[in-house]
Amino acid sequence: MGTLILEDGSIIRGESFGAQKELKGEIVFNTSMAGYQEILTDPSYAQQIIVMTYPEIGNYGINNFDFESENPQLAGFVVKNYSKHDNHYQSDKNLSDYLIENNIPALYGIDTRSLVKKIREIGTMSAWISYRDLDDDEIKQKLKEIQGFKVKNNIIEDVSTKEKYIYSSSGGINMAFIDYGAKTGILNSLAKRGCRLTVFPATVDSNEILEGNFDALFLSNGPGNPADYVYQINQIKNLTGKIPIFGICLGYQLLALAMGAKTYKLKYGHRGGNHPVINLENNKVMMTSQNHGYAVDMKDMPKLMRPTYKNLNDDTLEGFEVSGLGIYAVQFHPESKPGPLDAGIIFDEWINIAQKDIKRINEVQNER
Amino acid sequence: MKDRSLKKVLTIGSGPIVIGQAAEFDYAGVQACRALREEKIEIVLVNSNPATIMTDEEIADKVYIEPLTSESLEEIIKKERPQGLIATLGGQTGLNLACELYDKGILDKYNVKLLGTNIESIKQAEDREMFKNLMTQIQEPVPESAIVSSYEEAVEFSKKIGFPIIIRPAFTLGGSGGGIAKNEFEYGEIVHSGLSQSPINQVLVEKSIAGFKEIEYEVIRDKNDSCIIICNMENIDPIGIHTGDSFVVAPSQTLTNNEFQMLRSSAIKIVKALKIEGACNVQFALDTTSNRYFVIEVNPRVSRSSALASKASGYPIAKIATKIAVGYNLHEIKNAITGKTAAFEPSLDYVVTKIPKWPFDKFSTGDRMLGTKMKATGEIMAIGRTFVSSFKKAVTSLEERYTGLLERGFKELGDEELLKQLYMQDDRRIFRLAQALANCIDINKLNEITKIDKWFIYKIKEIVDLELELSKTNISKELYIKAKEYGFLDSEIAKLTQTSIEDLKSYNVEPSYRLVDTCAAEFEAYTPYFYSTYSEDDEVEEYKEKSREDDKKPKENIVVLGSGPIRIGQGIEFDYCSVHAAQELSKHGYESVMINSNPETLSTDFDIATRLYFEPMNIEYVANIIKKEKPKGVLVQFGGQTAINLAEKLNKEGVKILGTSLESINATEDRKIFEKVLRELQIPQPKGCAVTSAQGALNAVKEINYPVLVRPSYVIGGRGMQVVYNDEELLTYITEAFKFSSEHPVLIDQYIEGQEVELDAISDGRDILIPGICEHIERAGVHSGDSMSIYPSRNISRKNEKILVKYATKIARKLNIKGLMNIQFIIKDDKVYVIEVNPRASRTVPIMSKVTGIPMVNIAVSAILGKSIRRAGYGVGLYKKSNLVSVKMPVFSWQKLNRIDPALAPEMKSTGEVLGVDRTYKKALYKVFLAGGYKFKNTKQRVLVSLNDHNKKPALPVIKKLFKQGFFIMATWGTHKFLEKNGIPSKMIEKFMIDKLQKRMKNGRLSFIINTPTTGKNSQNAGFQIRTIAQMYGVPSFTSIDTANAFLTAHKVFDKNTQLTYDTITNYRKKKFLGLFK
Repeated sequence: MGTLILEDGSIIRGESFGAQKELKGEIVFNTSMAGYQEILTDPSYAQQIIVMTYPEIGNYGINNFDFESENPQLAGFVVKNYSKHDNHYQSDKNLSDYLIENNIPALYGIDTRSLVKKIREIGTMSAWISYRDLDDDEIKQKLKEIQGFKVKNNIIEDVSTKEKYIYSSSGGINMAFIDYGAKTGILNSLAKRGCRLTVFPATVDSNEILEGNFDALFLSNGPGNPADYVYQINQIKNLTGKIPIFGICLGYQLLALAMGAKTYKLKYGHRGGNHPVINLENNKVMMTSQNHGYAVDMKDMPKLMRPTYKNLNDDTLEGFEVSGLGIYAVQFHPESKPGPLDAGIIFDEWINIAQKDIKRINEVQNER
Repeated sequence: MKDRSLKKVLTIGSGPIVIGQAAEFDYAGVQACRALREEKIEIVLVNSNPATIMTDEEIADKVYIEPLTSESLEEIIKKERPQGLIATLGGQTGLNLACELYDKGILDKYNVKLLGTNIESIKQAEDREMFKNLMTQIQEPVPESAIVSSYEEAVEFSKKIGFPIIIRPAFTLGGSGGGIAKNEFEYGEIVHSGLSQSPINQVLVEKSIAGFKEIEYEVIRDKNDSCIIICNMENIDPIGIHTGDSFVVAPSQTLTNNEFQMLRSSAIKIVKALKIEGACNVQFALDTTSNRYFVIEVNPRVSRSSALASKASGYPIAKIATKIAVGYNLHEIKNAITGKTAAFEPSLDYVVTKIPKWPFDKFSTGDRMLGTKMKATGEIMAIGRTFVSSFKKAVTSLEERYTGLLERGFKELGDEELLKQLYMQDDRRIFRLAQALANCIDINKLNEITKIDKWFIYKIKEIVDLELELSKTNISKELYIKAKEYGFLDSEIAKLTQTSIEDLKSYNVEPSYRLVDTCAAEFEAYTPYFYSTYSEDDEVEEYKEKSREDDKKPKENIVVLGSGPIRIGQGIEFDYCSVHAAQELSKHGYESVMINSNPETLSTDFDIATRLYFEPMNIEYVANIIKKEKPKGVLVQFGGQTAINLAEKLNKEGVKILGTSLESINATEDRKIFEKVLRELQIPQPKGCAVTSAQGALNAVKEINYPVLVRPSYVIGGRGMQVVYNDEELLTYITEAFKFSSEHPVLIDQYIEGQEVELDAISDGRDILIPGICEHIERAGVHSGDSMSIYPSRNISRKNEKILVKYATKIARKLNIKGLMNIQFIIKDDKVYVIEVNPRASRTVPIMSKVTGIPMVNIAVSAILGKSIRRAGYGVGLYKKSNLVSVKMPVFSWQKLNRIDPALAPEMKSTGEVLGVDRTYKKALYKVFLAGGYKFKNTKQRVLVSLNDHNKKPALPVIKKLFKQGFFIMATWGTHKFLEKNGIPSKMIEKFMIDKLQKRMKNGRLSFIINTPTTGKNSQNAGFQIRTIAQMYGVPSFTSIDTANAFLTAHKVFDKNTQLTYDTITNYRKKKFLGLFK
């Protein structure tokens, strides 16, 4: 019997099917009905305990193809039911074995619907997840311990690559990519479309990027509160206008902050594969994959930033561009992983923009 | 935005309920009408099916209950001049008609816009060749196939590709005429039947990919090219079994995200390429060992699957499709459940299981093998928080004799035989699989044989293991809770653990109810529905509190029991009644609580009742809900036999049955009491008695005399009912009857071959209101559900009419009937006998409500709640007739079911009905045959006549008529001799020359058959064979001379070139002089 303690004092018991470990984290829920493997390995979930709203998890096991990063970064995993017997031709191991191997505590047999309603009503909370049946004294102590817990303000340094590396060495666009905890899906989406990718750690200095003579810069997704990352925001400020910049999720938030916008914490975030986003130019709706707890404040935004996408559920901003400065960013995840592939066209659009920019620069240089 | 030019829109319904096209289109049609109402668009509705809710005058502005033919529709269009037509909500029937109207230039001629998906898109999706070309163009994989219009072409393909090959005819519904051929012989058969059934003589033959996973996506696209997936569904059965005959789960369980998204993207790509505006269903086959997939087919319209997806996800697909059809884009529409945008994809936090309901319990001789041709008449859906609970609840929802997985008679088979039988793909396969798991047969082996994904097999094994554990261990609270979480019934647990139900109840374990809210609790929900689970929080109270209007006191509620899955004998008419009952309750200040398990129906739409429980119609589930809701009482008379059968059990639980009392219900069902009641009332009845043993039966007939009618008590649609003529037959059927229901005795009645008459009445215990009296066309002996019937009656004398009313009134008062009642009579030699009283809503309630304009269910509910029917404003006694004449005709689904004798009998076989309405009998009769799909031809053709000895004499006038009308008569030997003697020329044909006959039927050189069956269910006899072949080639075969006679009368109307006119049901009911001023 394992225990889950929420910041508001709720005690929820479930069976452990993960590592014999206990720790605190921020508790959030994800509404995707498939794709638990991608979610488990998305670095943006660092220090978070994920509750899956879909009740049957682990049905097709864990395979060797759908990892979004090398190791799972989340703090814990909570489900209604998991499959002791999985089945899929690609399956390499059972979900439970994977979680144990990777030292992630996990609970099943939890009334996840009630848990999700609580998070929906109170908002994202801190929580303690334990593989064992905690007694009252322990519970009291853990409850105290989790009060005021916040995701580390330099968490991106933990989940980012420590060293610069080349992800793909061929392709027409020479792109710098800052890894704040990037999902492999983004790197693949870019590489597939002809980007030569040099991946930099989250701590990279703007000069290093500029010296690299790249055609464009890409800012990845990542965990934590964007406003905490003052250093990164300053580096981005140094780069705007000097190189086309694209951003997804945290990358988008940091770009917005660098442009002078503000971010705020959403009550319980957007995490799932069914978020409707409308293209403000042509009113076309796309289903998008999302995973973020913060949003860019649309009301208090520099005029320069033109809104491009909006969430149809709560009208929050989902994308903006500053075309004069070559800045394009979206809050959602066009790479999917997991989730719908509808927004994949955004990569195509951006690649187009980058190519045009290269052409323009070449023409300018030729004229000179 | 909305297209402002639309003021009036024509909606086409799907016609009679047949296999492959059931209540789901009533549900879709009503949603569409309600969506149009919201837009203040005037609705003109045409449907030949009178049992539907969509043909209610409160649903549409102008209701035409007329044949669904391009001729009738042209006339109606000419008269009504609608600006638009919605065709994608009326099933395949509506779609095919729209194509026909377009092709004939009728839409253009009258400037009618086809709303929603346009005709080119429909054709591109429906025409096999065009679709294949489009798929090639957009690089979506389709299985190797060829479109052929002749057998020779088909053979060319099979030589190239090898067997097995799937055959799919173009433009037929439910895959009718299709199948999988494993060899040349089967191939020939199926290709021929497919070609003959396809209206364009085209079939697709394709390389079989049987064994792949079958996955479906429900897609909605708007004209702005926004495209969303409402739900995906996975068939537990692999490709090869029609999805309508498959066990299905939503969402998919065994697909990785990559597979899920790959198919999702493909579905969207296809729907965008087709330029669908509205709903569309895309079916895929997915390999189990690679990411290879094939597009199987698309349906560019709402479908059975979209109804299921709507109920499974909470997303009202038909409604949104309608909004799109009138010009809206997705982001401009709201989701009624969450108040957020409709441009989103539902997220489920539960598992849905659908199981088809097959008619094989009624058709014991029927071929139970499942393939590409759908055989199920209906389906049930169950919701659970886990797959096992959802699956277990689904099996319970089937309302079968057994609820467990292992009680199906396969225990006795050895492993070897069991494995052999597992290769058979029939309706019992899952239960054989369960038994194999109980026998510990290797899962890999079972997967290899059944091609069912191992994940499902593991899960079914979990249920089987628990069942075995329960039978071996002593019960504990912990084990009990686990069993409840798995969906086990108390009755099952008690039996397995040999405990009493009272002991189990002492554990005090209550279910909790959860919401279906489309969004996995991400947002607050406003009009959700409930399902039960265990060991979780309950949301009913919380929801009640939130949904209650400010400062208002909580209202009392009343439970309406629905009728479960559509099956023969219990169809859409009871959904009509349940829906009206729920709606009427709110008019009286009550909250209505609906319980039902059928995803195809309107009663399970989220905004019909105040609260909906999507649960099995099983006593334990129903009692739990009642415990939770604490209603004032329960209405059992609107949900058919399913609901009535629960009455006694509910009463035992202390639940108040509203309306007619349980004692009175029993008085009509219990032979002895019923006899006594009629005797006391001095009402004649056929001699009869109830027996509980074979010897008792033999003794009984000594007094009653043959022929007698045998039937089990408490059954739906006369199941197991038969006329028998001698001891041998009697004994055979008695044994058969006890098989169906051992708890209840068998009834034996004197069989009176007279005029059958039927009436429905509403009673408040004191007064009764009889909207009208119907007379059957076929003489007694044919189940009332299978006979044609006329309203108002034509051949009943004033005197007898008065007697009918008198008897009905006496019975209603004596039994203190509160609510609806149906009485069946026989008149023979001017004497009226009562043969049956049903103290509940009957099959004819929707029809009678429509032809008389009396809202019967609503008045019945008022009466139940204590209001006098005098206050309803329709008077008491027999209601006055109008100028309207209507004829009801049953519709059968023979082409879907093999090896079933289409002969009319006391046992009901029809799946649906159509109504012909006009101001004269003859025209109404002609219309009803048109509505039933009969073709009338100018050139007179051959008719085969074969009569049994019993019928020869009574048939003579009909055969004379046939001859006089210019048909060329072919007759079997005995009939030929008989006709010869009576001076009617005919060509003799050997009964045994079946091949020759078959050829004639295939070439369309036989108009129809009149063949009265000899007794016995011997499938070897020639009559049976002739009828079966006729059904295969769609040649009408009349097994009652009365039906044949009616057909000839209708034919005469056709022969005279009579111009038909069409009008709304409202206008038909008006007196003629009113019509003049219109």
